[in-house]
Amino acid sequence: MSVTYLEAIREAQARALADDPRVFIYGQDVGAFGGAFKATKNLANEYPGRVIDAPISEDAMVGAAIGAALQGMRPIIEMQFADFSTPGFNQIVNHAATMYWRTGVPCPITIRLPSGGTSGSGPFHSQSMEALYAHYPGLVVVTPATVEDAYSMLIEAVALDDPVIFCEHKYLYYHLKADALPTEAMPVGKARIAREGRDLTIVAYSAMVHEALAVAEEFAGEGWEIEVVDLRSIKPLDTDTVMASVARTGRLLAVGESWPWGGVTAEVVARVATEGFNLLDAAPQRLNAKDTPVPYHPTLWAVHRPTSRSIAAAARSVLRS
Amino acid sequence: MVHMAVTSESAEVSLDREQYITAYKWMLLARVLEDKLASLYRAAKIHGGVYRGKGQEALSVSIGLSLQKGDVFAPLIRDQAGRLAFGESVLEAVRTYLGSPLGPMRAREGNVHRGRPRDGYLPMISHLGAMVSVVNGVLFARKLQGVNGTVGAACLGEGATSTGACHEALNQASVEKLPLVLVIANNGYAYSTPSSRQFACRNLVDRAIGYGIEGHSVDGTDLAACLKTLGIAVKRARSGQGPQMVVARLLRLCGHGDHDDAGYIDPKLKASPMGRDCLELAEDFILQQQWVEACTVTRWRNEALDKVEEAVATTQRDPLPDPYAEEWRAIASKHLTELRGAAQWETE
Repeated sequence: MSVTYLEAIREAQARALADDPRVFIYGQDVGAFGGAFKATKNLANEYPGRVIDAPISEDAMVGAAIGAALQGMRPIIEMQFADFSTPGFNQIVNHAATMYWRTGVPCPITIRLPSGGTSGSGPFHSQSMEALYAHYPGLVVVTPATVEDAYSMLIEAVALDDPVIFCEHKYLYYHLKADALPTEAMPVGKARIAREGRDLTIVAYSAMVHEALAVAEEFAGEGWEIEVVDLRSIKPLDTDTVMASVARTGRLLAVGESWPWGGVTAEVVARVATEGFNLLDAAPQRLNAKDTPVPYHPTLWAVHRPTSRSIAAAARSVLRS
Repeated sequence: MVHMAVTSESAEVSLDREQYITAYKWMLLARVLEDKLASLYRAAKIHGGVYRGKGQEALSVSIGLSLQKGDVFAPLIRDQAGRLAFGESVLEAVRTYLGSPLGPMRAREGNVHRGRPRDGYLPMISHLGAMVSVVNGVLFARKLQGVNGTVGAACLGEGATSTGACHEALNQASVEKLPLVLVIANNGYAYSTPSSRQFACRNLVDRAIGYGIEGHSVDGTDLAACLKTLGIAVKRARSGQGPQMVVARLLRLCGHGDHDDAGYIDPKLKASPMGRDCLELAEDFILQQQWVEACTVTRWRNEALDKVEEAVATTQRDPLPDPYAEEWRAIASKHLTELRGAAQWETE
């Protein structure tokens, strides 16, 4: 038996529905249709009345989730694409995210964002929005890169007493397989050493972890040992694990699929530079997508975002400096 | 029956003396409280703004009184009377305005941004229209939980009806047939913008047809009409008739906030029947009916003054919020903030 990243997300929701009567799923086409990506396939049948089609109203979807959470429920909101969370942005960052701090009453909502680029998807079905949400106090933001994390972090997201932005990568949906669902899990908030090394630390998250691992494999043939850190959670961000890795390697390259202005890679570099400057043997570098909307055509898209090729070039430059 | 447009302006109003007097006393308390808040504001005792509901008390109190324990209430900035009638204490209001850490918002929020979500009293955010879908969510969750018979009221001004959030939420309530009562106080101006620049339909209540919900119009200066119309709307929502829209016509008799002299309000409107003060009209009516003597009304006013002064005096003895004792933590999952790497949540 094998399970894909997408199936893990479906299974995690099935388990959340089975284990906790407070859980329900609300989103466009999630009911009988099973979701645009089939992440809720058959769940409406298995859990009647708890997997509910929403009108095309992202603001009202999140608003209703807030009200339901205040009423003791644990809603899971599926945004059809991460890009479409912007019409719900106000309710997410100004309402859900401020509720606990303002009132002392928790607002447990999981908002699933099918994120990141896939070939041919263009400007409005490709975005990575983790940095935007991580900027706001009151939100937990996670970016699973493995089948195991997709499963266990989604279950943990639903159990947390806070609004969680769950960034699931669409490219990984079908490309990533594991033998079985995990029985043990690392908690949200801890980064993972995805590959050990001693010459360079590449910090990545979500789909970029796999690009970084490909680079590490390629460089191993040349005698370089690259350590790859999978952040797993963007907020909280596990600076300890990053810093310990940089202490071992002395070199840092932070890679993210989202845009270059600010964001996760900038945060990682800033923290290492301010807290661990003396650990560095070379200037830290970061690699992101280009500062344009995400292009439609595969040949443009392949160059727009970081790939193993551009990561390899950046890694080489850090190793040489 | 869609868009029944219950028009209480001309309806025979069967008056409940006790209810009318109760409503009047809440209105009076709200007015006295807000007058005091305004004077504290002028004396620079209040940080931020003061937002009064002068001229809107009849509508507001009717919402609060029509709701029952267990119902949901999302008031807006001009709903002091409704808040009191729904169960807010004067002390809660004063503590929030004066920034007391002992108030419900612990000085983290001020003025009209207050509530107790666990009691169905939702604290508004500033983004207009945003509260309506949250009320929907509470009602929707109750449906899933099998809890029946409760109603949720959300309050907006006519300005907020121009937001997408308002549209999405009304449509959502209609699709789910939720017991939502949306009360729109059309007070002529959204801050300084006249309603002619806000919408172009004949009457906002006509929009109820488009949403497939029931609509009601009412003269917001007339307490008896407001009590009746809100009573009907809440009852219909409670009995499963789906969302209700109530549009009240009235005039804001003050600025948007106390920083605003409202010089933009058309004098002709002020002189029109819409510009009458609902509190004075209600008082005149009570005296006209000879329900009580004038001296009784004076006694009620003095009692309200005492209550407000006492709350202010209590609050002024409260400690100040202490930034060094404050827990600077925005999430409930405390264990996540205790990670060493969670620098964004560190207090130093």
